[in-house]
Amino acid sequence: MTIICINCPIGCRMDVEVEGQTVISVKGNNCARGKSYAQVECVNPTRTLTSTVRLVDGPMEALSVKTSRPVPKTKLRQCIRELKGVEVKPPVKIGDVIARNIAGTGIDMVSTKDIP
Amino acid sequence: MKAVDVVIIGGGPAGLAAAIGAKNAGAGSILVIERDSRLGGILNQCIHNGFGLHTFNEELTGSEYSARYEAMARDLGVPVLLNSMVVDITPDRRVFAVNERGVQELQAKAVVLAMGCRERPRGSLNIAGSRTAGIFTAGTAQKFVNIDGWMPGREVVVLGSGDIGLIMARRMTLEGASVKAVAEVMPYSGGLKRNIVQCLDDFGIPLLLSHTVIEIFGKDRLSGVAIAEVDESRKPIEKTRRLVPCDTLLLSVGLIPENELSKMAGVKLSPATGGPYVNESFQTSVEGIFACGNVLHVHDLVDFVSEESEIAGANAAGYAMGRGLSGGGIPVIAGNGVRYCVPWHINPDNVIDKISLRFRVTGVYRNSRVSVRFDDNQVFGRKSMILTPGEMESVTLKKETIAKLASAKKITVSVEEG
Ligand SMILES: Cc1cc2nc3c(=O)[nH]c(=O)nc-3n(C[C@H](O)[C@H](O)[C@H](O)COP(=O)(O)OP(=O)(O)OC[C@H]3O[C@@H](n4cnc5c(N)ncnc54)[C@H](O)[C@@H]3O)c2cc1C
Repeated sequence: MTIICINCPIGCRMDVEVEGQTVISVKGNNCARGKSYAQVECVNPTRTLTSTVRLVDGPMEALSVKTSRPVPKTKLRQCIRELKGVEVKPPVKIGDVIARNIAGTGIDMVSTKDIP
Repeated sequence: MKAVDVVIIGGGPAGLAAAIGAKNAGAGSILVIERDSRLGGILNQCIHNGFGLHTFNEELTGSEYSARYEAMARDLGVPVLLNSMVVDITPDRRVFAVNERGVQELQAKAVVLAMGCRERPRGSLNIAGSRTAGIFTAGTAQKFVNIDGWMPGREVVVLGSGDIGLIMARRMTLEGASVKAVAEVMPYSGGLKRNIVQCLDDFGIPLLLSHTVIEIFGKDRLSGVAIAEVDESRKPIEKTRRLVPCDTLLLSVGLIPENELSKMAGVKLSPATGGPYVNESFQTSVEGIFACGNVLHVHDLVDFVSEESEIAGANAAGYAMGRGLSGGGIPVIAGNGVRYCVPWHINPDNVIDKISLRFRVTGVYRNSRVSVRFDDNQVFGRKSMILTPGEMESVTLKKETIAKLASAKKITVSVEEG
């Protein structure tokens, strides 16, 4: 498969050969960072998801949240769907769990704002 | 009229770091004045991650990064005046702020300008067509979605591929909108590769390089835009024109430092950055008035903002305590391939430690070298596989290097052949 490296503005286009769960070869990278990125991105691409949930009785309407660790890229939309309808009341602290085991990933959504 | 040693205008990351720097440098009384009801500035609406890798060695969201600085300022007992807008500063450093209680007048020994920047509006683009609802700057849309909790539209075109536009393309897509395209007039994007991949490619959003919006349609609400390819001189090619139906146009076409107050104080501004000319100590052309953060020049990394603002705050404290700065200095010239460089001059007598030169290049350069010369002598060189205008470059000159400066007439920063 072909991917674009995200480590620097060059954005090397890399041809990556994958067999099962292992990367066999990486071509087109200019440096070692590209190679290790290709290894992760082609076998198990993950992203930290950031979003908001509804804040009730707070100084604003939305409370920002993130996944406490990166989740599989394929689960992003399901995570968002599960956040719909979630409501939170202050006080909330950074790191407080807002939704447990989001999209069955075993990873929690946590607050990224302190609301006293 | 109240007397204060260091008055800091703006409570974003620049203002907070300046306050911390001033306090740590021993300033007696300080005050941060912020027009909003909370500290943190633009970071409050930056809920995405990617902040603080340099400073904290971990990836934080904008609001998490800000919370860390707010906590540091709180622990140091930094006084803050919220919901108060500074409306005037005089060259002799009287500061006027307006709040519920009326006009507050302060006499500052030193002032730090940390008002940030604002987004370039539609007016500055000159797009033909109707004045309909549905056109927002990307940052305004970001505030609507991330703070106010509502979506400004469902079918979106983004003009400009700056990072804010890219981040908003992803955010609105995840929230259920359909982002039709991101049009960029330049042949390259000003955004980070990471954002192009993770905000556009991940969701199949097309990035149209060398394209722009040439017309806007709609009566009350936007109904569509005309997009066309542009030639090398950035003129639209009429036969490539095509209509894209949408109800929302987000503009991510650049940021302008917010310098109305600086002008009132008589501070001279650079046409290249839109921000004040400063020396190595971040002092502007007006003695005792310092500037840092996005009001000085637009930053893409908040870590650089915090770093330079802490130094600016410490220097402001020094000035307030009577450590005068020597005037003049050796000019820093933006040489071949460099659009501007901050600071604009360096007086070696004022340099306590090392000095960072921060600059932007004029175009994309491959396999080249960043070079700093004192007159003709190269004192710094760094090979680079790629340099782009979207990423601020930074070169640090050590104190030993600065010592060689005394006899030089000029400092030139340039891009040279690899
Ligand atoms: C939308 C957006 C997205 C960004 N994304 C990233 C990113 O992903 N990663 C990254 O590292 N950096 C990012 N940045 C850059 C980084 O956030 C900024 O460089 C940084 O916030 C600048 O800090 P500042 O304090 O100079 O300005 P600001 O954060 O804008 O703060 C200025 C403060 O001054 C206040 N103020 C202005 N005028 C007055 C007045 N007259 N009286 C009182 N108060 C006043 C304002 O209310 C505001 O609180 C982004 C910037 C923007 C605009």
